[in-house]
Amino acid sequence: MENVLSIITFIPAVAAGVLALFLRGDDAAAQRNAKWVALLATSVTFLVSLAVLFGFDANDTGMQFVEEYTWILGLQYKMGVDGISVLFVMLTTFLMPITIASCWGVETRVKEYMIAFLMLETLMLGVFCALDLVLFYLFFEAGLIPMFLIIGIWGGKERIYAAFKFFLYTFLGSVLMLVAMIAMYYDAQTTDIVKLLVHDFPHDSMSVMGFQIVGGVQTLLFLAFFASFAVKMPMWPVHTWLPDAHVQAPTAGSVVLAAILLKMGGYGFLRFSLPMFPVGADVMAPLVLWMSAIAIVYTSLVALAQQDMKKLIAYSSVAHMGYVTMGIFAANQQGVDGAIFQMISHGFISGALFLCVGVIYDRMHTREIDAYGGLVTRMPAYALIFMFFTMANVGLPGTSGFVGEFLVLVGIFQVNTWVAVVAASGVIFSAAYALWLYRRVVFGALLKEALKTITDMSGRERAIFAPLVVMTLLLGVYPSLVTDIIGPSVGALVTDYKAALPVVAEAAAEAMH
Amino acid sequence: MNASDFNTVLPEVALAVYAMITLLLGVYGGKDALVKTITYATAGILAVVAIWIGSNGGGDQSAFGGMFTDDAFSRFAKVLILLSAAAVLLMSQDYMERRGLGRFEYPILVTLSVIGMMVMVSAGDLMTLYMGLELQSLALYVVASLRRDSAKSTEAGLKYFVLGALSSGLLLYGASLVYGFSGTTLFSGIRGTLGVDMPLGLLFGIVFMVSGLAFKVSAAPFHMWTPDVYEGSPTPVTAFFATAPKVAAMALIARLLHDAFGLVPADWGQVIAALAVISMFLGAIAAIGQTDLKRLMAYSSIAHMGYALVGLATGTVLGVQAMLVYMAIYVTMNIGTFAFIMSLERDGKPVTDIASLNMFSKREPLKALAMLVLLFSLAGVPPMVGFFGKFYVLKSAVDAGMTWLALAGAVASVIGAFYYLRIVFFMYFGKETDAVESRMVPVQWLALMAAAAIMVLGIVNLFGVDPLAAEAAKALVG
Repeated sequence: MENVLSIITFIPAVAAGVLALFLRGDDAAAQRNAKWVALLATSVTFLVSLAVLFGFDANDTGMQFVEEYTWILGLQYKMGVDGISVLFVMLTTFLMPITIASCWGVETRVKEYMIAFLMLETLMLGVFCALDLVLFYLFFEAGLIPMFLIIGIWGGKERIYAAFKFFLYTFLGSVLMLVAMIAMYYDAQTTDIVKLLVHDFPHDSMSVMGFQIVGGVQTLLFLAFFASFAVKMPMWPVHTWLPDAHVQAPTAGSVVLAAILLKMGGYGFLRFSLPMFPVGADVMAPLVLWMSAIAIVYTSLVALAQQDMKKLIAYSSVAHMGYVTMGIFAANQQGVDGAIFQMISHGFISGALFLCVGVIYDRMHTREIDAYGGLVTRMPAYALIFMFFTMANVGLPGTSGFVGEFLVLVGIFQVNTWVAVVAASGVIFSAAYALWLYRRVVFGALLKEALKTITDMSGRERAIFAPLVVMTLLLGVYPSLVTDIIGPSVGALVTDYKAALPVVAEAAAEAMH
Repeated sequence: MNASDFNTVLPEVALAVYAMITLLLGVYGGKDALVKTITYATAGILAVVAIWIGSNGGGDQSAFGGMFTDDAFSRFAKVLILLSAAAVLLMSQDYMERRGLGRFEYPILVTLSVIGMMVMVSAGDLMTLYMGLELQSLALYVVASLRRDSAKSTEAGLKYFVLGALSSGLLLYGASLVYGFSGTTLFSGIRGTLGVDMPLGLLFGIVFMVSGLAFKVSAAPFHMWTPDVYEGSPTPVTAFFATAPKVAAMALIARLLHDAFGLVPADWGQVIAALAVISMFLGAIAAIGQTDLKRLMAYSSIAHMGYALVGLATGTVLGVQAMLVYMAIYVTMNIGTFAFIMSLERDGKPVTDIASLNMFSKREPLKALAMLVLLFSLAGVPPMVGFFGKFYVLKSAVDAGMTWLALAGAVASVIGAFYYLRIVFFMYFGKETDAVESRMVPVQWLALMAAAAIMVLGIVNLFGVDPLAAEAAKALVG
């Protein structure tokens, strides 16, 4: 199992190739075959990825399962995982079979749909495993293509606008990152992420066109990466593509977008911004913290005003990602632990919430909150599951949502009390919009004529939610499952980060005298 | 002239003899009766010469007292030119025949212009440079107006001719200045006179010559002829314009700048960088409003030339190497794309309207997928090979300390992505309207599929083009 990471990364791609080349026709049988092939491939990927999880040594803070080959243009193909990335790999492989199972009802161009999702899985796994700058960029960028097509072909009414906005927004962010990557290569003469992690990028203050740039090159590089990851995350105020993309994307697309794609931003911060440009990160941290705090409060308030269920959950995602960036830039053990925990947990919860919307959307073909009400009388099982994930989204103790938010708040409190106070108020807002949504959709009298014949969840739908419920509860009551794995690596990250800083502090102190 | 000189120019001579013979055959063989045979034979000969030149490795030779150079750089460019010309000829045969354009002059003119291009990339003297350039251009003026009964085609030919003559004038004026201030037309001689303080007149000469050549690569702001000529010419001719002549002109610029003015890269680097930036942005922005595929491809090629010029602007070995790799990728993408454009028709008439591609993916999923790959590759989105081309030139720019140029290229590529996405949008998300047919002969199908496959499979090792380009660049610069 030397190259197990490559194997899990490319199983879905191979399956997509098989579908593209050998599956003919578009009749019911062909559609069923396409779905089964996709489900099988993603399940196998998950099973093989378990080998990574069980073979992973949490106490080793270096890269594990490393593969390295030379490649074109002086680049290299290098894969590997550490405590920070391994759980993202697991999150992806775990969620993809669920996503595929959730689109069993799709009937238009099923084969292409499955190919798009399989390619997407390969690219997402590649992002989390890549240990070469350009390889990372390649996977990171290429993920745009299948998502662009998923939104554009299988999306809702305004899908064209959403698809273009999604693509160009994220593309602009990423090409700035590409230039920064080239500049990093120029400085360090390597694209190997492991080597770059220990490379000391220049951080002497410099002046560009009369502006004094504290932290020098590191700050500039940080900003270029920030442009990419902040859009991907997405952070306020560059989050506006997300609600559009979510609303227009088909259910499965929304699930993948919220549960996995957004995490690439957070992962990027942890892999690049913090460890590689500690001085730049330190310079920008106060700004990022306040942006996160604003994101939490502002987008929570915006969520309150939404009429569209998906849009509401999308804004809620932006708010929850605010906790993530806040935790990351608190840059202490609790904060970063909390941020990663929050990302994993949000993967399950937001994915499940979008699936919840999908369940009733499949029946009523509307996402308007006003079109529903009183569902509990016809759909008790649905009401229960929706309740569970609403509570998890609010951060009820006992669910994974609580652990992440709590850790982040503990972490941020040590760094900046005011930001912590503002962020904590977001907990109340999120309870407000989530519970209000739940009340309007599920409770009340069943007045709408169209809803009187709505049916409860089918066995397949229940089966899809079961693993998500289990994971949300499990991580809620036993968070060590996650923190044991990420802890040592996060510890090393934080220690290195702190170690890189005093030099600057001393320099600043000297300048004061 | 002695025997070794003759050996050095043997490929060019052989092709010229071949062109004369086919001309005779065409004239006495009953006009267009032999056109099919001649087309295929020409494509075959071009490919054979490409293999001949390509396998004929080994050191630098120069002939006629340094007026003609044969080195790894010229061989790389020649192989690229010959292969792309052969591919274009092969895929255009069916189109020409069905549109009543099956004239035997076409393959012969293509051969003649290819000879011109081969002379261009081997030029070691201002005279050779001009001779090659004019041989190429004159042949191209004629093929642009190949469809004699179409006003647009005639307009394209005339426009190309007038503007081409203007650019030749600029070039000649520059050449005369260079000659006047250095006292020689040999590149090696000019290089020798570039001392510590360069006379201002020589600088003027460089600028004029670069402007003249910028016309030929259709770099903005000397691009005005491109959209009209691309649109007006028959599609196979457009495909030819977009590929081989671009390689030749780009290689010629590199040859001139490095062989003649290689000692003063700072003087021309800024000019080339300015051309590159203007081309990248103009190509990206002006293409957004286009509704015709061929016009769009014209702007696309302007933008692509901008990226290739970025590599040249650096004045380094890596820059030239990146430019060569970029051109190889560019040519491959364009051959695939034009094979597709050629095949589009409605009721037997060629269609190049973008909107006619509405929901094309439903009727022809495989071709649509191949085009999808090519378009994303043209836009420079990873993992397609087009990304590596862009990455490579931007990397060479940063390496040479021109980060601002790389930044500009990165921003322009985002703007450029939009219009390629628009084609994807029509093919995949559009509404169903009048069906457009895509009638392909096997050669065209093969060209499209092969180009798309190369764009995907090339990420493994770029088919070994990079080391060859490295060798070529070293021969030129190092």
